[in-house]
Amino acid sequence: MIDLQLVLDNRELLTEGMLYSLQLTAFATLGGIVLGCLLALARLSAFKPLSLLSAAYVNLFRSVPLVLVIFWFYFLIPYFGFQIGPDKSVFITFTLFEAAYFSEIIRAGIQSISRGQLAAAYALGLTYPQTMRYVILPQALRNMLPVMLTQTVVLFQDTSLVTIIGIKDFMGSTSVVASNNGAMTEMYTFAAIAYFCVCFPISMLLKRLHKRIAVIR
Amino acid sequence: MIEIDKVSKWYGQFQVLTDCTTRIAKGEVVVVCGPSGSGKSTLIKCVNGLEPFQSGSILVDGTSVGAPGTNLPKLRSRVGMVFQHFELFPHLSITENLCLAQIKVLGRNADEAREKGLQLLDRVGLKAHAAKFPGQLSGGQQQRVAIARALAMDPIAMLFDEPTSALDPEMINEVLDVMTQLAAEGMTMMCVTHEMGFARRVAHRVIFMDQGQIVEDAAKDDFFGAPRSERAQQFLSKILQH
Ligand SMILES: Nc1ncnc2c1ncn2[C@@H]1O[C@H](COP(=O)(O)OP(=O)(O)OP(=O)(O)O)[C@@H](O)[C@H]1O
Ligand SMILES: [Mg+2]
Repeated sequence: MIDLQLVLDNRELLTEGMLYSLQLTAFATLGGIVLGCLLALARLSAFKPLSLLSAAYVNLFRSVPLVLVIFWFYFLIPYFGFQIGPDKSVFITFTLFEAAYFSEIIRAGIQSISRGQLAAAYALGLTYPQTMRYVILPQALRNMLPVMLTQTVVLFQDTSLVTIIGIKDFMGSTSVVASNNGAMTEMYTFAAIAYFCVCFPISMLLKRLHKRIAVIR
Repeated sequence: MIEIDKVSKWYGQFQVLTDCTTRIAKGEVVVVCGPSGSGKSTLIKCVNGLEPFQSGSILVDGTSVGAPGTNLPKLRSRVGMVFQHFELFPHLSITENLCLAQIKVLGRNADEAREKGLQLLDRVGLKAHAAKFPGQLSGGQQQRVAIARALAMDPIAMLFDEPTSALDPEMINEVLDVMTQLAAEGMTMMCVTHEMGFARRVAHRVIFMDQGQIVEDAAKDDFFGAPRSERAQQFLSKILQH
């Protein structure tokens, strides 16, 4: 089923691919959380236009398949006169896409903090930004940590989609090796096991984290 | 110090406060009581601008709370508030709870803030717990920390919204003792509470509210001696039975 020799012979290409996938995941997660925080705050804002704009953004991205967003960015950005290349294109795409999902997670997190905390922070003279930064968001993000990590695992798997625009992420490198050597079954089985080996331990860790957080609260 | 003048507030169609008028002088301790839903919390939250109101005015040390140009965070930093459910920040240690606003709002440096915080923690008898987190303290201890946190801002007045009603009976006194001491030191205090023993011992005046109105606003002895309104009489007899 697996041709270890073939894997070893191509280890550089495959390692590079894996690193690319991990980098893309890390970048889109961090970028997605930052942008997602802003979107969540906008969504919860009392200023209606801001709230509606944020809602429109989130609903748009959540209603379109990721593959389409990847294509759309890749082909349409050059059309508007920006030459950014496939790499930058997917980094931006994933950040924008993930931000929509993270913003919903963060919004739920913010809403899970009691109004009393807000009142207490205001009563001490903290401003709205200070209240969010020092009181509400730290608690919200902590509560949301397991869900966010789950989303990150999903994101890591989704990065394999960038193969369709010819990027050599882990999936892309695997495909190259597979077709160059006529070893589809062997290489795709190997890829499946590799994805599993990254994702499963994280999922297990998450379960334990869930329990620990449940104890602290 | 606190001048509340003809304050009215509506939630949509529902009028929560109707023409509330009272004054609290410097150093005065005023207890606010009344049945559930009568608007006590709402009134006290209007004083530091946590709740907006539609008509009337509130002056705190000469600053109008409802005026458009008022710097509310600044005003709130000068008025301490203690809540029914303590509202310590659970992700911060006791020391950090005491220091956060001192540093971020008053601009004190970390050492100064810590020293002030520990001094107040000592005053409420909890110095040994400085490094703990709120979840590790009992309700009474948390409420005392909350009082210390408010005092760390050097407030000109303190607002209390039922500070003991979420506490087990054996913890009520440790909080009331801190409040009593505070009153003895001349702090201006507005306390929503049903602890009539505390009111008798400590308050100068008692305000009785019903259905959003200040029905009775009398010196302590007058209030407990002979409340004028029937509602207040009923309320008192109910509450003093147990
Ligand atoms: N956000 C809100 N929207 C609509 N109505 C509200 C809101 N907050 C409070 N009310 C109503 O306003 C009235 C006064 O509430 P408030 O909390 O001030 O009463 P209270 O005297 O503090 O009562 P309690 O003793 O139960 O704390 C109640 O009838 C309550 O249902
Ligand atoms: Mg209340």
